[in-house]
Amino acid sequence: MTSLRRRLLRNPIGLGALLFLVVVVLSAVFAPLLAPHDPNTANAYDTLSGPSGKYWLGNDSSGHDVLSRLLFATRLSVTLTAETLVIAAVLGIVLGLLAGYYGKVFEAVGSAATSLLQALPAIVVLLAAKSVLGPSDFAAMAVFGVLIAPAFYRVVYSAVSAVRGELYVDAARVSGLSDPRIIGRHVLTVVRAPVIVLAANIAGISVAISAGLDFLGLGDPSIPSWGGMLNDGFANIFTQPLLVLWPSLAIGLTCVAFALLGNALRDELERAAVPRKKAVVTRQTAAAPIVPDDALLSVHHLSVGYPTANGSMQTVVEDVALTVRRGEVHGLIGESGSGKTQTAFSILRLLPGGGRIVGGSIAFEGRDLAGLSAKEMAAVRGKKIAYVPQEPMSNLDPSFTVGSQLVEPMRIHLGLSRADAKARALELLARVGIPNPRRTYGSYPHELSGGMAQRVLIAGAVACDPELLIADEPTTALDVTVQAEVLDLLRDLQRERQMGVLLVTHNFGVVADICDRVSVMRAGRIVETGPVRSIFADPQHEYTQSLFAAVLSNTEGEGVVA
Amino acid sequence: MSPLLDVKDLVVDYPVKGFRKPPFRALQGVSLEVEPGECVGLVGESGSGKTTLGRAVLGLAPVTSGSIGFQGREIGRLGRAERRALAGDLQVVFQDPYTSLNPSLTIDQILTEPLIARKTGKAEARNRVRELLDAVHLPSDAGQRLPREFSGGQRQRVAIARALALDPRLIVCDEPVSALDLSTQARVLDLFQEIQARTGVAYLFISHDLDVVRHLSHRVAVMYRGQIVEWGAAAEVTVRPQHPYTKRLFLAAPVADPVKQERRRAERRRLETMEVSR
Repeated sequence: MTSLRRRLLRNPIGLGALLFLVVVVLSAVFAPLLAPHDPNTANAYDTLSGPSGKYWLGNDSSGHDVLSRLLFATRLSVTLTAETLVIAAVLGIVLGLLAGYYGKVFEAVGSAATSLLQALPAIVVLLAAKSVLGPSDFAAMAVFGVLIAPAFYRVVYSAVSAVRGELYVDAARVSGLSDPRIIGRHVLTVVRAPVIVLAANIAGISVAISAGLDFLGLGDPSIPSWGGMLNDGFANIFTQPLLVLWPSLAIGLTCVAFALLGNALRDELERAAVPRKKAVVTRQTAAAPIVPDDALLSVHHLSVGYPTANGSMQTVVEDVALTVRRGEVHGLIGESGSGKTQTAFSILRLLPGGGRIVGGSIAFEGRDLAGLSAKEMAAVRGKKIAYVPQEPMSNLDPSFTVGSQLVEPMRIHLGLSRADAKARALELLARVGIPNPRRTYGSYPHELSGGMAQRVLIAGAVACDPELLIADEPTTALDVTVQAEVLDLLRDLQRERQMGVLLVTHNFGVVADICDRVSVMRAGRIVETGPVRSIFADPQHEYTQSLFAAVLSNTEGEGVVA
Repeated sequence: MSPLLDVKDLVVDYPVKGFRKPPFRALQGVSLEVEPGECVGLVGESGSGKTTLGRAVLGLAPVTSGSIGFQGREIGRLGRAERRALAGDLQVVFQDPYTSLNPSLTIDQILTEPLIARKTGKAEARNRVRELLDAVHLPSDAGQRLPREFSGGQRQRVAIARALALDPRLIVCDEPVSALDLSTQARVLDLFQEIQARTGVAYLFISHDLDVVRHLSHRVAVMYRGQIVEWGAAAEVTVRPQHPYTKRLFLAAPVADPVKQERRRAERRRLETMEVSR
């Protein structure tokens, strides 16, 4: 929160808006001291006169001093805005907290009430309220406060109901904290920022609404108001056009200041660490390396970097060499942050958010993938190199059927007709072990289990007969029994089609199960590489040894076989 | 002597959205007990109801029928105030060390949370936090920092320290090492063991990983579709499983040894074809 305040003060627009609003509030507070004349003293000799030494901004149609009235009207506006905000915020926040945290009755009542209020046309209700409650601005703005409370309710409700499911709230409950304490400690902190942003915007709206009511002549004529002054100015626009200017400026600038403040607050809240400067890095191409004859993919001196806030590059993969032969499963194992996924993504040229290949080469079928244009790469991806992701569910588009997601790439890459592509998709679904291919073809991703979804993605990956399959933790999100089935499927498909597979994983069991060769990664570098059997039997690097030591002892349990 | 935790015929139903839809039965008559100072492992795949059982014990899931006895007292349907009074004896460590700590509170604030509920004095709370950080092998200056400055394993240590703050008798551990790297996982499991040896706290240890459960537990329960299908000494259940589901689970987990794994794979495939042909 303190950092939000500091950031806001560093934002020129936010600072300007804030300063202006401070001036407005101060002039409201000190209006009696600042005003050169009594705002209600009519001077019959000086009606509609322009600015002069005595009356700096001139006089209105009744001979009141415009400057003094403007200052006192500021008082009214500030009070009315504060009143509206307090009523709306108290109602909306309290009900939003209750509904979001406890749900049930509060939620039903809150949602019904807010829907009802939002369905009402605010200005009609205000006019009706005026005729019942009389000319008091305060009563009218109280009604407006109630009408606008749903804005707060919605923001708070959605924030709180999201936090409600967080484990730290459960942990606090198990710790024996009372509900008010949990709300105070864990929940209010989350709603604080969005509520402040919203309050700034609502303040601007209520300034405009209160001025509007007074302009329509619905306010108390005995109290100076911006709207009332504007009305007077309009009535005399031909004799003294300047009279319109002063209240318009006050209303306009205040509304704009609130809106800009709200925007600045939102910008500062949403600002992620965006790099200010774009790092300029040229890729270093290495000398032609020696590649084994049967190599399908051979990566040399590969380095991947991400730009940091100060414009330099942070390297996450450094000097990686890797060879995948035709018909071989190559495991890439490491702990989180070791750079294994970054290596896989750089081969696919799908590095997220600013990441780029800063050095080395990726030789695949006689071409350097690192040097291809985005368009050339798109032709390779999917057709020659396929990808199986970690999270099957998030890699299927929920709004399309499984069938259409399978057919689309085949039509593009293989140029098949719709009917041919469908026949091939059904064949593939049957091949990956989907029990009822026709039904799955027509179903949506949410109707599938995680294991089924992963089978569908594997079917999609092998649809265009790729040479190389890159699988990024393909079984990590799955249950062990499903994992075993998916690994079986991957192995069978790989043998059948003589694909090369690069399998990224953190699980030594998976490597032992499916891989022929393995590379162990740590901190962006490959520390050891070799055939699986020899590395498992006799790891050379001490890091590999320490990883093996951390594997929990597996009791053989031959008893199962009985 | 009666067990510390005594769950009998526990049934938990979750309401299903939609008019007059029958509720979803997450637990269908589960019985289980935990002795003082014991670690009971609860294994199962996603959707088997293992997490629901843990949450029901903590009062975070609705009990439809059956009973949960804790220290000889029925705790299945306690009110909020009574539940709070139980906080000193029954604690939790959740799976995800990233969402179980409030990102905007410092480690000190997180650890004093349970102490506030107990109305512990400021100076005493400060001492206690230092003890707790020491117990989970975190540096004593860790208290001033925010969760995001720590790695997953360190965060899980903070969560463990929070659970230990009130010297509980039972800690429900819901997949506490699943989100951690292999080497971190081994160190955190060692910490669990060390704490149990020192304080005599009992664990209800929920995990999908048979190896983890075998490593830590005295007794193991295997859950499948809301029921416990096998229950007994860890050495028996995890080495010589009897129930077909446990066997399948056991063989499905790949071991980090290419030679053994090849044998297991062949065995599993044989078992599967046997099941299909039956």
